[in-house]
Amino acid sequence: MKTILTTCAVLALGAGNALAEGELNVYNWSDYIAEDTIANFEAETGIKVNYDVFDSNEVLEAKMLTGSSGYDVVVPSIEFMARQAQAGVFAKIDKEALSNYGNLDPQILEILAVNDPDNTHGVPYMMFTTGLGYNVKAVSERIDAEKIGSWDMVFDPETAAKLADCGIAVLDSPSEIMAPALNYLGIDPNSEDKADLEKATDLLLSVRPHIRYFHSSQYINDLANGDICVSVGYSGDVLQARDRAAEANQGVEVAYAIPKEGGQVGFDMLAIPDDAPNAANALKFIDYILRPEVAAAVTNYVYYANPNTAATEFVDDEVRNDPGIYPSKEVQANLFSLRPHTPRYDRSLTRAWTTIKTGQ
Amino acid sequence: MSQRETLNGKLPGGAFLGRALHRIGLRGRGLVIAIPVLWLFLFFLLPFLVVAKISLSEAAIARPPYLPLWNWDDGFLNITLNFGNYLFLFDDPLYLSAYIESVKIAAVSTVITLLVGYPMAYLIARSAPDTRNILLMLVILPFWTSFLLRVYAWIGFLKGNGIINNILMKIGLINEPLVMLQTDFAVYIGIVYTYLPFMILPLFANLVKLDQSYLEASADLGARPITTFFTVTLPLSASGIIAGCMLVFIPAVGEFVIPALLGGPDTLMIGRVLWNEFFSNRDWPIASAVAIVMLVVLVIPIMLLRKAQAAEAEVQ
Repeated sequence: MKTILTTCAVLALGAGNALAEGELNVYNWSDYIAEDTIANFEAETGIKVNYDVFDSNEVLEAKMLTGSSGYDVVVPSIEFMARQAQAGVFAKIDKEALSNYGNLDPQILEILAVNDPDNTHGVPYMMFTTGLGYNVKAVSERIDAEKIGSWDMVFDPETAAKLADCGIAVLDSPSEIMAPALNYLGIDPNSEDKADLEKATDLLLSVRPHIRYFHSSQYINDLANGDICVSVGYSGDVLQARDRAAEANQGVEVAYAIPKEGGQVGFDMLAIPDDAPNAANALKFIDYILRPEVAAAVTNYVYYANPNTAATEFVDDEVRNDPGIYPSKEVQANLFSLRPHTPRYDRSLTRAWTTIKTGQ
Repeated sequence: MSQRETLNGKLPGGAFLGRALHRIGLRGRGLVIAIPVLWLFLFFLLPFLVVAKISLSEAAIARPPYLPLWNWDDGFLNITLNFGNYLFLFDDPLYLSAYIESVKIAAVSTVITLLVGYPMAYLIARSAPDTRNILLMLVILPFWTSFLLRVYAWIGFLKGNGIINNILMKIGLINEPLVMLQTDFAVYIGIVYTYLPFMILPLFANLVKLDQSYLEASADLGARPITTFFTVTLPLSASGIIAGCMLVFIPAVGEFVIPALLGGPDTLMIGRVLWNEFFSNRDWPIASAVAIVMLVVLVIPIMLLRKAQAAEAEVQ
């Protein structure tokens, strides 16, 4: 009886807090936060969080440009955030209100400032690379060892043909596939030249018959279940698939490789829409994420590296020493990042992407 | 005048409203028609005009992501209409083939739905009233689950590692899993499955009214059941067939969820092209132009049909 009463009292208190502290609407990438981050934040602050997910920058941008999205914190990648900031959709970040801002790696802030001058509109959340996830057994049965972990698995028609029967998946994101395709051809991945785009399109068309589907999050489950054997994917997502496969214990072993030819490194930013209904709570949430323990807990769970210098000591050794999560210096030298596109290039890119997907 | 107003003021609310409506020329029949007209105006015509307006604008990185159609400049009203969006649709063969493909997939699905649905509706209409209610209930029952969940369930059936493949491999019919998911085949299954009730219900409503004495008369005159079916039942159920086909064909043309979840990347349907224009290109004006053209594509067969029906009614 006493416990029931106490529970009721706690619930009543909780409800009271929720009313007093208000709500927070977060729109984040799927599988991109620790299991308990939101619950801990709610328990500590009494703010009620509505958590919603997306799986492509394009969808987020469409919502941002429509306006009145109702979200308080959104997580665009830096090159998309920079462009949306030009349309005036993001509020300036009040860094004074963020007591943990100093934890961020100043070098990374400097890199981000190229696209977001003075880091005005966003706070870096996590870093990712785009590379190859694969089913170790299925792949080594079909292709030579030297080809494993190379872009040849997806971009070389001969190699891809050998993998077609066990299933190749590719991110449904034109910018994040064209860039490595250009890079594979020895062209600047940020080139907006029409002829270069055509070359990359031809390359992708040559392997198109061997690609089973284009999707930006389905590959996590499919890799883990053994429904596909190769996927171009985001580092942490592939590593989550690796864990799920190990847990399921069905004889599927998944590995992640940043291809030796180089891959994309990206940053996802915490940003506040200018019409956010709960902007003050949004700052509280961002400051909470910037705490070393919280950032480390997210990294330990989602396997994405964080840009928080103070958090490194809290990151599990196993995660910190995983070259798929924290790439080695040599690999880093080969990584490239993306710049915002002009709308004209976007149209050509989407058109090329439709050609690749449908053959039309 | 003033006396009348006072009089009106004293009347109970309902009568006052009635008189007010009366004064603007609305009564009885007109009032009943006014409600659906108002509904159509608010939820069809108005949104349509908004979409038509956006389709004449130009895309921009702004919020909302297109340029305004008109602006005041030094007391001049400048209106910029951009018909380029429509020209663009004819420039690029992609849009035409997407329309053709959508109409093709919708038409084939409609025919399959009719072939599957007609016998079901016929049997339900011919069964005893008690059984009939249970059977009708079973047709409607799937609506109690979310449409999205039911399409997801098909993924579980059709995928390489799914139920159908596992069963076929267990009994030794196949050695390698069949590729069924992410193909046009899966899209047809999805559409036929989803829209089957929309075919069965109007067909049932029609067939259940069919006068048995016609069939008896036909048999008395020596026609075999199959002849009776094609010369009596089928022609008499024509309006049910048309209603069912419309209910399946029209939404199937614009279908997005089924091709997105079950279709392959090369399943080109107009719903997906629209999604791409909206979300990948963030080009609302082109997306709106695609939507308007789709409406025109759908309106033409509906008008032709209405004309045919009107002609038929006149003959009768």
